[in-house]
Amino acid sequence: MPDHKIDATKWIDSYSDYLYNYTISRVSDSEIAKDLVQDTFFAGLKSMKNFKGEASERTWLISILKRKIIDYYRKINSKKGKAEVRMSYSSDSEDEGEWLEERVEDQSYKNAEDVLENTELSIAIYNCLDKLPEKQAQVFKMKTIENYDTEIICNELNITASNLWVIIHRARTALSSCLEKNWY
Amino acid sequence: MSCEEASHVCDKAQYNESTFLERLKLRIHILFCDLCKKHTIDNHKLTETIKKSNIVCLDSKSKSEMKKCLEKEIKNQNAKH
Repeated sequence: MPDHKIDATKWIDSYSDYLYNYTISRVSDSEIAKDLVQDTFFAGLKSMKNFKGEASERTWLISILKRKIIDYYRKINSKKGKAEVRMSYSSDSEDEGEWLEERVEDQSYKNAEDVLENTELSIAIYNCLDKLPEKQAQVFKMKTIENYDTEIICNELNITASNLWVIIHRARTALSSCLEKNWY
Repeated sequence: MSCEEASHVCDKAQYNESTFLERLKLRIHILFCDLCKKHTIDNHKLTETIKKSNIVCLDSKSKSEMKKCLEKEIKNQNAKH
């Protein structure tokens, strides 16, 4: 047996947010992203024995996830996917003008660079969040990313509002200085 | 307003939970307090950065469902060996 013990029961708490965030920027459907993350954990469980501990657990899981995402795109691009491709415009109809208009670049789409930078940024934020004590990270995520009301978080975690603000303050200060070093 | 209060109002302001009066007091405070001024700028920058990143995380319901599935799978695997 390998000397690095993996505790798969901790995976969800430790890595699911990070993996999900990574996936959503690549498949942009939350249900599919969730499935891919779940599949990744299952696959990780199966190949746990092969994990040599050369990379961190998270890096190893990400490498599995990358394969899963590629497989997903292969699948939707395979026979079934291709069969569903239809040409919507006949070449001789008078709709041709419309066709051209629709081909004009959609300004509402961000350019690839923006998307890439946002992905990297959110990963940088997760790297900083990982350095926080678990409780701080949890409260910060609930408050800032999920936008829960103070009251709801207090009830769920059984803390007072002033506890919450102290935790938020510490988390924000730590994150600020972490991002200062690693991103800005 | 003390520095402690100032930083609390500043934190609340990041979540739109401060009152107008509180923000006004904070503004006056940071006119004279460089440390709080820097903290306010950094704090605001963090809010903007997070907004810009489109960061997401899983809701607790999905997480607990995933946990259940994974635990079942772990049990299955242990039973096999």
